[in-house]
Amino acid sequence: MLEVANLSVGRGGISLLNNVSFSLKAGQGLVLRGPNGIGKTSLLRSVAGLQRPLCGDISLDGSIAYAAHVDGNKGQLTVRENLNFWADVYGSEMMEVALIAFKLHDLGQRPAANLSAGQQRRLSLARMLVTGCKVWVMDEPTVSLDQENTALFRVAVERHLQLGGIALLSSHSELELNTETLDLVQFRASQRIIVSAFDKALE
Amino acid sequence: MSIQSGIKYFWSSFWQLANPKIFMGWSGLWLPWVIACTVICLSTGLIWGFFFTPDDVRQGSTVKIIYLHVPSALMAINGYFLIVVGSLFWLIRRQHVSVLAAKAAAPVGMTMTLIALATGAIWGQPMWGTYWVWDPRLTSFLILFLFYIGYLALWKAIEDEDKAADLTSVLALVGAVFAVLSRYAVLFWNQGLHQGTTVTIADGVNQENISSVFFQPLLLSMVGFGLLFFALLLVGTRTEVRARRLKVLEAFERAH
Amino acid sequence: MIQVFRRDVVLSIRSGGGFGLALIFFLIVVVLVPFALGPDQSLLAKIGPGLLWLGALLACLLSLDRIFGMDYEDGTLDLLATSPLPLEGVYLAKSAAHWLTTGLPIALAAPVLGVLLNLNFYVSGVLCLSLLLGTPTLSLIGSFGATLTLGVKRGGLLLSLLVLPLYIPTLIFGALAVHAAALGHTFEGPLIFISAISLGAIAILPFFSAAALRINLS
Repeated sequence: MLEVANLSVGRGGISLLNNVSFSLKAGQGLVLRGPNGIGKTSLLRSVAGLQRPLCGDISLDGSIAYAAHVDGNKGQLTVRENLNFWADVYGSEMMEVALIAFKLHDLGQRPAANLSAGQQRRLSLARMLVTGCKVWVMDEPTVSLDQENTALFRVAVERHLQLGGIALLSSHSELELNTETLDLVQFRASQRIIVSAFDKALE
Repeated sequence: MSIQSGIKYFWSSFWQLANPKIFMGWSGLWLPWVIACTVICLSTGLIWGFFFTPDDVRQGSTVKIIYLHVPSALMAINGYFLIVVGSLFWLIRRQHVSVLAAKAAAPVGMTMTLIALATGAIWGQPMWGTYWVWDPRLTSFLILFLFYIGYLALWKAIEDEDKAADLTSVLALVGAVFAVLSRYAVLFWNQGLHQGTTVTIADGVNQENISSVFFQPLLLSMVGFGLLFFALLLVGTRTEVRARRLKVLEAFERAH
Repeated sequence: MIQVFRRDVVLSIRSGGGFGLALIFFLIVVVLVPFALGPDQSLLAKIGPGLLWLGALLACLLSLDRIFGMDYEDGTLDLLATSPLPLEGVYLAKSAAHWLTTGLPIALAAPVLGVLLNLNFYVSGVLCLSLLLGTPTLSLIGSFGATLTLGVKRGGLLLSLLVLPLYIPTLIFGALAVHAAALGHTFEGPLIFISAISLGAIAILPFFSAAALRINLS
């Protein structure tokens, strides 16, 4: 269960989104749509607990796994070592499953630095499976994936939802996932500058 | 008014200063008076000390630098103490005025440290025959100077104002622990030439250490330096508050 | 935590920049000393302990900005911050990995380099011991500084500026222990102080560092 109520987020003194509310039950997914710079990343970072929202509540039961729009793979480590590290961190045994799900088993011994951009992305998506977390929060997950690999991703997300997981994704293009979408344009903040209580008191 | 309600009133009005508007009004009202008191105390204390006290039997007229050296050294330490207190208030109560005061205290405290070091060197030359010795006290002040530089450099390096306030506050707290640690470490390292503390507030005029002829003007210049520090702190904090206000206005200008 | 430690050690061994470099830098500093001060054996023996401590301190500085910098740039730090690991633990693991790849090799190599500076066997032993007890603090303070300057572009110089004053107590007691040994005095006192500073750093710095990391990530 992931519930977001009246969430407002901003970045670098600029207010981006106001009063975003949605609620996801087990097995539900949601794709956040919107043009570049609207605040998708800030919203997802707030949900993941990396960034303090301007106001609003986020309630969540279950653990959360976050994938940023950069991959976060270590070039000096092999594909297996990269995944193994996260498997250790999360205490999970999903590594072999993840390798197969994203067709990485043949690349297991290859250093991540030698992977193509699409392969890098697949590795970072495989990491989500490895975490074993119930809630997936993914920022632009299909960037640099071709059609075939996007299909792999789609299967993985749908499987995750079937097993009772939750997925919150962002994308600036159509993902063709069997989930609801939420257009963020309607929440775009009208007052762009964040005025803190301190600054307000000065007026 | 009973003492208790007086204290209560003091604290409630003290916390109101966290409101920048109340702070600006209050500080604008008091600043001229503080400056006036500073000028009176400092000029009386220094003129009295420099021209109307006898020369020391042993140290001659060089002793008169004490009227600059001791008060500035005191303010150098108080400056860092103030940074720590301001940072704590910011981290705990998220009050901008306190962290801006900490930011404003840093250059003042750093200058006081420099004055203490420079006057110490000028005093030390005829006394010890050299401008600089690696004495624990002198060394501690040099270390304090480095801490001030680090604190200010971190403020300068981080663009986001609130992030800079957070991170410099963390540095100030950790720095305080290590500054105290360094103070005691240098005592082990070198026993030193510097004379012991001649002025202690606790026993006021200690006849063995310093005679009242020197002590009275010294006390006056110490009060004067304290007021000077306070006045500069107010000016600095007011500038910081205005600079912040300016940034917000500029951001509005850009947005519209 | 152990996973982060293991991964950081592997990374610094494989990336070539970390493991050997600090040690080689340390060696070069020691080799340069006689060129600057002359080959007088008794002078070298006198200043050797302090110089070796200073060299160790500077060598530790070299790789500090990589402790968190690499993970910050490639996004790994975001992923670690959202993982079940506490950031305090991440900080301790990374400091430990830094110590294993810089502090420990330097402490072990110091007696060998002591030969170049005419230190006798006994003094070299005390030097090694003092470095073993003191270099953990250097790594802990250094990675605390690294958490502060994480978001600063080209923050390496600023990092040294912040960290070096914090190194002063450790340097004082470290060099003091070795000097005391060289003069035939007891050296336990300063060593106890170094260990106390190390333990104090382990106790308080994780909380400040984790706070600084959270501030920088937000």
